[in-house]
This record gives sequence, C-alpha cells and structure tokens, in this order.
Amino acid sequence: MAELAWPREGLTRVPYAVYADADLYVRERQQLFMGATWNFLCLEIELPNPGDYRATFVGDVPVIVARDWDGSLGAFENRCAHRGALLCFNGTGHGREIRCVYHNWTYDLKGRLTGVAFRRGIAGKGGMPADFDPVHHNIRALRVESFAGIVFGTFSAAAPPLETYLGPDIATRIHRVMRKPIVLLGYNHQLLPSNWKLYVENVRDSYHASLLHLFFTTFRLNRLSQEGGIIVDESGGHHVSYSKMATDRQSADYDGAALRATREGYRLADPSLIAGRDEFGDGITLQILSVFPGFVLQQIQNSLAVRQVLPKGVGDTELVWTYFAYGDDDDALRRMRMKQANLVGPGGYVSMEDGAVGGFIQRALAGAGEASSVVAMGGAEATSQETRATEAAVRGFWKAYRAHMDL
Amino acid sequence: MADIATQLAVERLLARYVASIDEDRLEEWPGYFTETCRYQIISRENHEKGLPIGVFYADSRGMLQDRVAALREANIYEAQRYRHLVSATLIDQVSDGVAMVRSNYLVLRIMQDGVLSVFSAGRYLDRIELSGAEPLFQERIVVFDNKRIDTLLAIPL
Repeated sequence: MAELAWPREGLTRVPYAVYADADLYVRERQQLFMGATWNFLCLEIELPNPGDYRATFVGDVPVIVARDWDGSLGAFENRCAHRGALLCFNGTGHGREIRCVYHNWTYDLKGRLTGVAFRRGIAGKGGMPADFDPVHHNIRALRVESFAGIVFGTFSAAAPPLETYLGPDIATRIHRVMRKPIVLLGYNHQLLPSNWKLYVENVRDSYHASLLHLFFTTFRLNRLSQEGGIIVDESGGHHVSYSKMATDRQSADYDGAALRATREGYRLADPSLIAGRDEFGDGITLQILSVFPGFVLQQIQNSLAVRQVLPKGVGDTELVWTYFAYGDDDDALRRMRMKQANLVGPGGYVSMEDGAVGGFIQRALAGAGEASSVVAMGGAEATSQETRATEAAVRGFWKAYRAHMDL
Repeated sequence: MADIATQLAVERLLARYVASIDEDRLEEWPGYFTETCRYQIISRENHEKGLPIGVFYADSRGMLQDRVAALREANIYEAQRYRHLVSATLIDQVSDGVAMVRSNYLVLRIMQDGVLSVFSAGRYLDRIELSGAEPLFQERIVVFDNKRIDTLLAIPL
C-alpha cells in the first residue's frame, strides 16, 4: 500500500484503511505480534502435567506451548525446522519429545532438535552431510513467562519483562481475578467477519456498552448512572473498564421488575440468571481487562473468562473464549457461573452483538478511501477517566499500535 | 425396542420443534419443554472433555421464554432464519414413561440478504417425557460438531 499517513488530528482519528490493507496485515505480524509485545499462549491449568503441550497462536503464527519434564514452560513455533510442516496438528499432545510426522525429525519440549531420521544414511549411503549440526536447526523459541497462572510469550528479545510490560495497575487487576486456583469450565470459538483490530477496539470501547447491548436495560436490570471508570496504562495498549452495579439496588430493581410489569412490560420470567454474588467483596460487577495486543480477561458478574483474539486474514478473526471457575466454588456459585455464561460468548445476551458489529464496519469499508473514523468521546487523551462515556481506551490502543508500527 | 406409536410420537415432537423455530414462531419453542428442564447448546469438544459450559444453558422453561423475549426485544442481530434437517431418530430406551432419544441435525442459516451457509451440524441428545397429552423435553442437549460459531448464535438450535 501507499505509506499510510495518519490524520493530523492524531489519536481521535483512525483511517479506515487500517482494516483493509493486506500489506499492513503482514507488517502487523512482524512488528506487532512478533515484535516487542507479550501474547497470551494459554492458562497454566491447560498444561497440568510435565510433557503436556498444546497448539496455540501468536497473531496468526502457529506456536506450541509446552510444560517440560522439569515443570518449566516453553514455547516455540509449530513448524518443523526441516520442511516446515506443522508439528502439532491435533490441538494437544503429551510426550517426552515431539516428532514431525513427515520425516520423523524430533524435538524436545523447548523446540531443540534431538533427532534426524537416517542422519547417517542407510548402509553407508545417503544421510546428512558430515558438517550437519543439529544445534543450528532448533526451532525458533519464544520467551515465556507466566503471570498469575496466565502464560504469555514473546518472540522479541527487546520486550521488557512481562510484569514491567503489564505495569502495576493492570497487574493488580489481573491478580484481583486470578487470586486462587482455577478450574477449566469450557471453550467457545467464534469467527468474526472483521479485521482483528475492530474486535480489540470494541473491547476497549466502553461508550457502546449501554447503547448496543440492550439486554440489561430492556429487562431493567441495570442503571446507567452506576459507578465506574476506565484505566488506561502508560503505554495506552492495556486497559481496564469497570463498573459497580450496587448489588442491593440491583436485586431491588430486579425484585420490582419481577413483581410488577414495567411500563414496557418486559421482565425476566426466570431472574435466577442475574442473582449474582459479590464474590470479590468490592462491589465491582464488571471488569474487562485487555493486554495489548490481543488478550482479554473478563469478569462479568460471576462469569470469568479469558479471550484470545487471533487474526485469520485481513477480514477474518477467531475469538477463543476460555471459561473458568475457582476450585473451591460451592455448588450454588458453580451453577451461577453456568447460567451467567449465557451473558457472554457467541450467543451471549450482552456479547452477541459484538460478534456482528465489527462485520458491519468491515462490510462498509469499500469506498471509504482515505476517510477516517472519529474517536473523540471523552477528549483527545488516552488516559484513565472516571467515566465510561469515553473512548480513551480505544485511543490508547492506537497510541500503542502506532508506536509499535512506526505509524 | 420402542413401539411404533412411541417412535411416531417422538418424531412428531422433533418435527414440531423444528417447524416452530424455522418458521419463526419462537414463542412456541419453550412449550416443548417441561417446566423444570435442561436445555444446552454445547460443542462436542467441551461435551467430550466433560467441560460443562457451552453457548447457552437453561434449567427452566422460564429461561427459555427469556431467551425468546431477549431475541425479540433486546438483542440486536441481522435478520436470519434457520432450516433444520433432522434425521436418524434413535430411541435408545423407554422406561417410566421417559424416552432417551438421539438424532442428528443439520442447520442451514439464511441471512436477510439471502446468503445461505451451513451453520451447524451435530446431535440432539434428548430425554423425552411421554406421560402427558403431548410428549415434552425434560432434557435436550444440542452437541454441535463444528466447534467454531460463525459471527453469533442468536436463534436456538
């Protein structure tokens, strides 16, 4: 593409071209996903035992993340160093080594080449040259760090240590949710018909929440005046959006809604869905946290999940939802998480619109030319604000994006 | 083996269920379930691993009515219809007036602009109460094979 000139308004404008350009997509892979960023690989509980490994992605780059026999974590490209075949093509595996099915080259769980079939040939004939040194044919490995049970990796030697990358505000709020041992409740995979950035912007966009998602307001389960705000980290790339639905008031609202028909007449026939519990003791009923570029940690009432955003081409994205609970949940709380999972995911009452809205933008890109979208709610800054009627965290994303992409 | 009358009663329930959804008479859908029931849409991946969470879960007819009300009044999504093809209805067992039934489904989704796609394929795992005037689902677990859901799942499967 022609060099993208960012509009002079800066962070309050986003050129539509960023969602449609194939060259930019390749640059994002190189400078952003394989650049000085930390990317979600998996949860530690998904690799419970030494020898466990699983296929994941950094951006669209296939990666294997593994728990080695000494318990340490490692990650390396999911691509054989010989002819480039996928090593792990069934999702998960377990073993002392990983063997490529094509020519049986083998690797240890850090991606180091340990065996080359027929390296010395057969009956003195064939085989690799005498100067072939396996040490020079290890698979490119990532730096791996785990924070609060969440495993991140980076291709970059220049990325700061993970906790520095996250910064104290984000780290504290990750710990708030990842505060005790967790168990896996399930996965959902959702294909979004849009560029990946439209989804990660949506996650950071607290402005749309009460406008696009009408479930709570239709059933009178929410108050728009609820306390809340946005935290944007120093880099701009990470954010936390939080709000407090006073639980007493919520149940009063909801009891009222159940007892008398509201003017519109809409009320839940079975309100058990929203009879949540303040398990954190701080009254915060919603905390959406993002880590640049493609990771989300979600607490929506008692529904806990991480989301991994995976580009699948310029106009396609896969969103992987991983739901979890605490190991010490009582039965009632576990049932509540089951029901409140209805709020989120591909069919969720407060998230299904997000699956489509990026596609509505993607489908309208033709003809946008050099035009830009407007991101000016709450000013021009990308800093924390004590309101959710702001696009500060969206601007923050573009601040970090432009820094990584030299735009 | 289930008798022919039972087979027909079960297949009639499955056919009526599908007709209500595909003909956009969603308000009828909760009526195919008992008051206390279990309805879940879950991926085969989660189901086989014993992971409990899926795409949607309800344990009462009220929660199903709420789903319909939300689709009609609250949630925003592009107009769309399904076309269900249901086959291979297998009654595994009938005891105490309850039939354990398995069937296969294919759901085509047709968007408002006419784009038709294979949206989902999978199995219905049903527990059907036969004692009333009409058979009703005590439990319907929709196990979908496709793992990835395109864009969003609004209408029930």
